[in-house]
Parts: sequence; C-alpha cells; structure tokens
Amino acid sequence: MLASPVLVPPPAPPAMHIPDGFLSVAVSITFWVLSVIVVGYALKRVNQDLGERQVPMMGVLAACIFAGQMLNFSVTGGTSGHLLGAAIATILLGPWAAVLVLTCVVGVQALIFQDGGLLALGANIFNMGIVGVAVSYFVYRTIQKLAGGRSWSVLVGGFAAGWTSIFIAALACALQLALSGTSPANVAVPAMGGIHALIGIGEGLITVGALAFLYATRRDLFQARQARPVGGRAVWIAGLAIALALAVASPLASSHPDGLEWVAEQKGFLDVARKPLFEIIPDYVFPGVSNGTLATILAGILGALIVFGVAFAVAYTRRNRQPVPTDH
Amino acid sequence: MHHTIEVEHLSYSYPDGHPALRDVSLTIAPCEKVALVGPNGAGKSTLMLHLNGILRGQGHVRVCGLEVGDGNLGKVRAAVGLVFQDPDDQLFSPTVFDDVAFGPLYQGLTEAQVRVRVDQALEAVHMCDYAARVSHHLSVGEKKRIAIATVLSMQPEILALDEPTAGLDPRARRGFINLLRELPQTMLVSTHDMRLVAELLPRTVVMDDGRVVADGPTEAILNDPALLEAHGLEKP
Amino acid sequence: MHIHFLDPYRPRPSLIHRLDPRVKFALTLAFILAVALTPLGAWPVYILLFSIVLSVEILSELGVSDVLKRSTLALPFALAALPMLFTVQGLPLLTLGPLTLTQAGLERFAGIAAKSWISAQMAIILASSTPFPDLLLAMRAFKIPRLLVAILGLMWRYLFVMADEALRLMRARQARSGQPAASAARVGGSVAWRARVTGGMAGNLFLRSFERADRIYAAMASRGYDGEVRAFPLPHITRGQQSILALGLGLLTLLVLGGFLFWG
Repeated sequence: MLASPVLVPPPAPPAMHIPDGFLSVAVSITFWVLSVIVVGYALKRVNQDLGERQVPMMGVLAACIFAGQMLNFSVTGGTSGHLLGAAIATILLGPWAAVLVLTCVVGVQALIFQDGGLLALGANIFNMGIVGVAVSYFVYRTIQKLAGGRSWSVLVGGFAAGWTSIFIAALACALQLALSGTSPANVAVPAMGGIHALIGIGEGLITVGALAFLYATRRDLFQARQARPVGGRAVWIAGLAIALALAVASPLASSHPDGLEWVAEQKGFLDVARKPLFEIIPDYVFPGVSNGTLATILAGILGALIVFGVAFAVAYTRRNRQPVPTDH
Repeated sequence: MHHTIEVEHLSYSYPDGHPALRDVSLTIAPCEKVALVGPNGAGKSTLMLHLNGILRGQGHVRVCGLEVGDGNLGKVRAAVGLVFQDPDDQLFSPTVFDDVAFGPLYQGLTEAQVRVRVDQALEAVHMCDYAARVSHHLSVGEKKRIAIATVLSMQPEILALDEPTAGLDPRARRGFINLLRELPQTMLVSTHDMRLVAELLPRTVVMDDGRVVADGPTEAILNDPALLEAHGLEKP
Repeated sequence: MHIHFLDPYRPRPSLIHRLDPRVKFALTLAFILAVALTPLGAWPVYILLFSIVLSVEILSELGVSDVLKRSTLALPFALAALPMLFTVQGLPLLTLGPLTLTQAGLERFAGIAAKSWISAQMAIILASSTPFPDLLLAMRAFKIPRLLVAILGLMWRYLFVMADEALRLMRARQARSGQPAASAARVGGSVAWRARVTGGMAGNLFLRSFERADRIYAAMASRGYDGEVRAFPLPHITRGQQSILALGLGLLTLLVLGGFLFWG
C-alpha cells in the first residue's frame, strides 16, 4: 500500500459546516432541539418504510454520500467543486431516509473529522440534513408534477433541487450566524448566499449527472422509487415553508445591520439586570494594574504551571516505560 | 439419520425473468465434503442462497430435516453457515468481536454464552488475538478466516462456502485450505479452484445453466475430459 | 488499497486513552459547552481553558503540534466572522479606506477565534484517543437511539470501503485524462461536462451501494438478523472513572461561574 500524501480528507463544501464558537449557546441549543425532533421522527418513518433493511441500507448509503463528497472536479485552477448530496439522497431515497443519512454524514464529519463543531452540530444537521432535504423534496416534486412526470423532469428537477438545496441551506447558515451576533446579516446573507449560489451550480450539475447515469443504467431502480413517493404532503409543505421563510427573512435581515433589533434590545435589558462583579470590587488591587489585567496575568501563570506540571509528569513516566507501540 | 441437505426439484427465476435454477435435485449426507463447480452463471451462488432461505423458489429444500420456510428460518440459519464470496459483505460490525458475536447474540444466548462461543470460533480459525481489531484493517486472508468464524460461532451443522479461495495469495490460500481440512462440519464449497477440489473434496457436483449435469466422486469427474470441457472446467 | 489515513484514531498508552469513553465524551461536550458559555471578554478563563486542553493533549501523548496543526483546519471559517472587526462599535484602532477596525471588534473576533480553536482541539483529542466502536458505546450511553447507533456503526465500517471505491473511480478518471500531444485549444472539456462525469461517478457509487446493501442484508439475515438492534448491555462505570467525571465537571462549572461572575 502506498501512502497517499496528496490526499487529505477534503472538507465538505466550504463554509457550510459551522465550527464551535461561531454560534451563540441559545442558537446552538435551539437548533439541537429542532434537529432532535425531526431526526427522531425520521427514525420512526424509516422504520415503517424500510423495516428490516433499514440498518444496512441507511448505513451503506451514508458511507456512500460521505465517500461521494470526496469526488471532486476542478472548476478553475486551484478550486474544486464538491457534492453535498442532500438533493440526490432525497430524490433516490425519499426525504425521511435522506434526513437520516445526512444526519449520520454530518455527525461523523463533526465528531471524527472536526468538520463542523459539536455544539454547532444541531444547527449543521438542520441546515444540511433537514433544510437541504425538505427544500430538495419540494423543488423536485413540484417540477415533476408540473412536467406531468415526463422524463426530462428528472434532470431539470434534479438540477433545480441540487442548486436550491445548497442555496437555501446557506441562507439558513447565514441567518444562524446573524442571530448569534457573529456576522451581521447584511454581510453574512449576501456573502453566503452569493458564494453558494455559485457552488449550487456544481451541486446541481453533479446531481443531474448522477441521476442521468442511474436513469440510463438502472431505470427499474429509479422508477420503483419514483412510483411511491415516500414523504408526502407534510414534507412538501415544510420544504415550501422553509424556502419561503429563508428567502424572505434573508433580505429583511440584511437591511438591519445590527442583526435583528429586538434581540439587541433584549440583551440591553439583560445587561442592566446583571452587574459584573468587577463593579462591586474596586478597580485596582495594585495601583496602576487593573483587576482585569491582574486576573489575566495570574491565569497565565497558573495555566503555564499546570501545563508544565503535566508535561513533566508525562515525560517522567515515559522514561520508565517500554518503547511505544507503533501506529497501525 | 436424516440427510443434512435435501434439495428436491428446485426451480428459481430472478425478478427480471432470467431462470437461474431449473429442477435441481441434490442430497448431501452428514459430514460429506462436496464441491459445487461450473461456469459463471451456472446458478451455484443462487443455489446456496436457497439453502438458508434468503431466496425461495419452487420445490423443496430441507436442511437437517427442517423444511426451509417461514416458520423455521431461525433454526435453518443457525444450522447452515453461509460464507459469502466477498468477506466485506459479511464483516459488517465495528469490531471482529462484534461480528463473531452477532450470530449467537441473535440466537438469544446470554452475554456469557456469547463470549464463550466467540472464543471458541476464533480459536477454531486460529485468530484469537483479533477480537478487538477493526475489520477494514485486515488483509483479505484474515477477513476470510474471520468470516468463517462469524458462522462457526452459531455452531452450524453445515458450512456452505462461496468461492473461498478467490482473491487469496498462495500463502493465504494454503493456510485457508489447511483450515478447511480441520473443520468437522458437512461442507458444500462452490469454487473455480479445481486444485482445492481435488485436494479436499471427495464428491463433486457440476452445474451448468441452472441444472445439475453431473454428481459423483471427484476423481471420476476430474478424469472425464469431455465432461470438463463441455462445462468450461479444466483439470487441475 | 486502503484509506487508513481517514481514521484519526492513534493508539497510545496514555491516561487519556484509558479513560472510559463515556467519561471522555461527556467531558468533551461539557468542555465545549463551557467554552461557549464563557463571556467574550473573560480572557483569564480562556487562558485556563486553553491550558486545560493543552494539558490533556500532552497527557494523551498524541503530539501537541499534530493536534494544533489539525485544529487550524477550521480556521477558514473564521472569514465568516471577519466583518465584525469593522462593524462592532467601539474604540477605533485602524482605518482602511471606508472600514474602521475597532478595538471592540478585534476583541470579539479574537474571542470567537479563541473559542473555536480551543473547542476544536478538545474534539480532536476525543476522536484521536477513542476507537470508533468505543464512541458508539458512549453514544448508546447517552441515549442516542439504538437504531441510529447501528446505522452509524455500519456507516463507519463501510466508509473506508466506499472511499476506496471512490478513489478508484477518480484514479480511473485520471488515467483517462491525458493531454493531447499538440496542445489543443481547450483541454479537459467544459466545467459542465466535468461535473456531469463526476455525477456519473457519484451515480456509480450509489449503484454499488444499493447492491452492497442488499448483500449485507443477506449476510445479516443469514446470521439470524430480525430487524431488531441487539447489543450487549453497557459495562459498569468504575468508581474511579465516575470521580474523574465529577472532578472534570466540577472544574468546568467553577470556571464558567467565575467567568460569569467577573465578566458577565
């Protein structure tokens, strides 16, 4: 086996997996709760629909999407386009299975590869696994219905679903950042929206390519899945609602640079209620050195002592030990 | 004592209409070691999948006296240890231990009993140290041995192996053949490896185009050049 | 051909590796939560949190520089927070054309970057010091539905198999991506064409996945699978591990409270 130094696991589509630190605790927890509810329901539905086959099918398909995200194509010079897979998963598996599959992919990306944070995982699952899927479903089924089920609708629907899933998910991401106060909406929304409007084209094209391939080689597989639309009205409505909500909220939010004003006001009230302890203690313990600076220096010293202590202890125990076993 | 495997007039067609088995009849006695040979597409794998009820066709399949049907699947699957061609399909759990423990766990055994079975099975394939290992780091030869362990832990009466030596380098192949020699179970081995047949399996069943075209002592079959040629086989 | 490098787990004879995975999982999440809850100006708390994570890195014998290097992978996302340098009201520090860098903006940006960096390191340590099957155990302990854990287990198992297949498809594409002898006007086809080829590869992967899923199901059924997810009961957590968990949680709570009291 030759080592492949060239290949580092590439991160999934850029700027969609929010790391920890960028979302406020309130926003993180809210989206965790939302995601848990939807994923919990998805588990029930997939249980009903797939029964015994669900574990191997979902597992392998999640692995497939993950691996599929490694496939890339060069766009220009150094940049490359990647696949998210929400649209493809939704079209081929139905929305509930797609939610599960993408949840697993995004979850493992966060936990094992630190592609996205752990506290932020709820929001990331929501954006990619739920918004991405619901919107794909809505777009695809709408186009199918409008086209009366004609074969070209598969490709057009696939492209539209691919593009829209990326674009709307990016808007969701931007709004979460704005709500957290990390990025003002009038910058985040156009930036995320703009970049992902372009990335979405790649997603759309790859989705079409995959659908075309499957349509040509295994039309039976295709039609079997198209014949019974798993998902139904609720998902369609949800997809429409989410897409509309985000599409409307984003320009609205963008026009308020401070983020949503009432959030700022709430914060103002809260600040008045809580006075930091510093204001109770005098500003200086030592003349000329503010308490804040003093605390920082002390923390630095304490921290350094802890680290050196640990390092020393480790080095000491290592000396008396057998040689360390090598990596697999 | 009942025959271990009885197949009577089994026919099966795939969903797309392609007939895979045409009126196949076969009996295998306890402790027999039988080779199943024939060109690709002869129906060998399909036949094997009928032995534990994964596929169901027209006709009868009886395993250890039990009719393979809805009521008996649990017992049948415990009695027939099917080892698939691609070990990656068979090793689906996070660790080797989990994979070998899967069968007994689903047989309803207690944790203690399952652990005993796992130890015994890994012992039988000479891979006791591998319990904590993760499947994707193993070589093909190691995976194939673990795959056998995953069915041995169910204490089957019959082992049905599909292309066991495919993809193995000579050393791994030799080790594997030695292992097969040690195992006491009744065996049905589907293979293209005619040297394996000659060395290990005293009876040979030849299939072609969904039918059994020959069934007899290996020596006789391997010394019948017309038969071999007609069905795309070569003498080792 | 194997993609070993995708698996971040590195076995080491360290204390951290020997911790119960459930304790590690809980402490990692608690740590990240503590980092998130720490108010933005509370630099001493950040310093202490950083020294904690650094100590854990050293204890885990994973190699501090390796962990630090990996933690910088999340940095590009920091671009998303860049605008705040200029938009938060505060003491102006620097003016670049129409944009004014403020002190408050810089502090907030630095705070977010610090939070992100420190959290990422702890997550890296968890993933690198705990074999994935142990993480699955921790998930079960945290009441994540057994079905989801089973799916994750299978996903992990076949991740490498599928990644191998994806690599092979990309290699095959590479092998067919020759340059013509005389340099043509346009080499490589259009972006759209390339995307469609890639799409074909994705479709191919999907197909193989369906077929493999069927075979795996047959293998599972052959060993008695009945649709219900079964596993051994979770092992007992020793007193020692429980105390480590309690200590860790206590320490983090103190730090967070301190942060709120003094800088909230």
